[in-house]
Amino acid sequence: MASTFSIKHQPGFTAIAATCFVVLYLPIFVLVVYAFNAATSTSEWGGFSLKWFQSAWNNTQVIDATLRSFQIGAIAAILSTTFATMAALATTRTPPYRGLTFKYAAINQPLMVPEIVTGVALLIFFSRIKIFTGYSGLGYLIAAHTAFCIPFAYLPIRARLENMDLTLERAAADLYATPWQTFRRVTLPLLWPGILAGLMLAFVISLDDVVITEFVKSGGQDTLPTYMLGQIRRGITPEINAISTAFLLLSVLIVTLFFFINQKRN
Amino acid sequence: MASAEEVARQAQRKDIRDRWFLSAPALLVIFFAATGPLLIVLVYSFLTPGAYGDVKWQFSPEAWVSVFLERDIFDDTLSLAAAHVTIFWRSIKLAIVTTIATLALGFPTAYFMATRSEKTRDLWLFLITIPFWTNLLIRTFAVLQIIRNEGLINTVLIKLGIISSPIQILFTDTAILIGMAYVYLPLMVLPIYASMEKLDFRLVEAGYDLYASRFQVLRRIIFPLVRPGVIAGSILVFIPAIGAYVSPSLLGGGKNMMLSNLIELQFGQGRNWPLGSALSIAVMIIVMVALLAYVRNASRSEVRHG
Repeated sequence: MASTFSIKHQPGFTAIAATCFVVLYLPIFVLVVYAFNAATSTSEWGGFSLKWFQSAWNNTQVIDATLRSFQIGAIAAILSTTFATMAALATTRTPPYRGLTFKYAAINQPLMVPEIVTGVALLIFFSRIKIFTGYSGLGYLIAAHTAFCIPFAYLPIRARLENMDLTLERAAADLYATPWQTFRRVTLPLLWPGILAGLMLAFVISLDDVVITEFVKSGGQDTLPTYMLGQIRRGITPEINAISTAFLLLSVLIVTLFFFINQKRN
Repeated sequence: MASAEEVARQAQRKDIRDRWFLSAPALLVIFFAATGPLLIVLVYSFLTPGAYGDVKWQFSPEAWVSVFLERDIFDDTLSLAAAHVTIFWRSIKLAIVTTIATLALGFPTAYFMATRSEKTRDLWLFLITIPFWTNLLIRTFAVLQIIRNEGLINTVLIKLGIISSPIQILFTDTAILIGMAYVYLPLMVLPIYASMEKLDFRLVEAGYDLYASRFQVLRRIIFPLVRPGVIAGSILVFIPAIGAYVSPSLLGGGKNMMLSNLIELQFGQGRNWPLGSALSIAVMIIVMVALLAYVRNASRSEVRHG
């Protein structure tokens, strides 16, 4: 049956792929289902209920941690995306110059170091500064998050810039636009999808961080993930499922948005 | 009057200077809140522990000695620190096995995705991206709920009558392995998919025309062509796995520590910041060795195909 011979077929690969997708989603599915469980135990089903969402909503610690996560995430995302945009403009559409490779390496450095090591390093460094200045606010967490978000924000912005040639900018300059006008009216609108993607990636990355936050935070500075880590260690209640479900919904929304922005670009 | 050449050179010099100003904020933030502090860790690993945490500014190689060795408190003799060796071995072993497991599952998955029609490919990519951007802690928690004694796996197996009492998976090395393979799988699939997508299937067809078997095509044509993706994926999984913190903390319990837990201990109850620093540098060294192997491998495959 030569006519049905598929060159793309490999025995067993489809089965493995199907298993992978099921395995990836099954635990998440179970987690979400048990968020709606009326029973207090997390192992038996006691009927449908929204009470765990309600209890999470009324838990001031959860609300505090969530607001703190959003605050840190928003500031870190805006800062890191601004810096990453500037860095991307400085490192693309240019003939190689001295220090260019260094810049690539420096910007991507946070990706090469395990989080635990960065966490320890910042714990030591910031504890010194805390003694020295007496300041112990959210600034440390924001600085740490901004730093590790930069490479993620840089990625889509650089990719976008590399697909833009200088023709339009040159045309603008020929028409007596100042460099600032050219940037404002030509470069920025073209670059915008990349910047938006970078902003969302940075926000998600900041929101997800557990390890570095766990080491850098001072007392009473729990973010939602570190709060959840503490709770899970103490013993699990369906309330954690409810919080996770809300968090998941947010992630899925952001990823979907990100995906659509990317599609439009193509 | 400066010559035209001189003007051009000056303009170029100004351009490069502007480019340094533009990249300065990003570089400074990374230096002060990521790279720079690593140097302090290196310095701390050679100091003496303070009584209440932190350090005394007094040189001591003791921290590095105690990474692998133990000093007897009575007669001051050194012996191998069995606990540390076990933890190092467990971390390296689990990181390698996680890498192999995700490769074994991720390679066929990426192949499956890349051989779909152009339209549906995006959907599969979307399905693999969602777990990728979903909180790692939440995904680990989801695994925990599945594998614990009252979890889905044990409940189903008991109901089917295959086992009579639950299998203890949680708080074992296997649990850490399952958790890490689960959370890092998308990191393996994505880069392999990126190389696979560019694969020219006419080469595969040529292989079959020359009477290659399915396995031969896979081994001799497909695998060599997507090798860069495989290596990139392996590095992306190995680096976070060797320093994994969430998986061993939640799934390993107190007994099955990995390096990150040992490090955390030194900054908490252990009050031995120099030892914690030395252990962190040790993790960095393992990562650097892996990265060097990657760079060497990557340049080798470039020479071969370039």
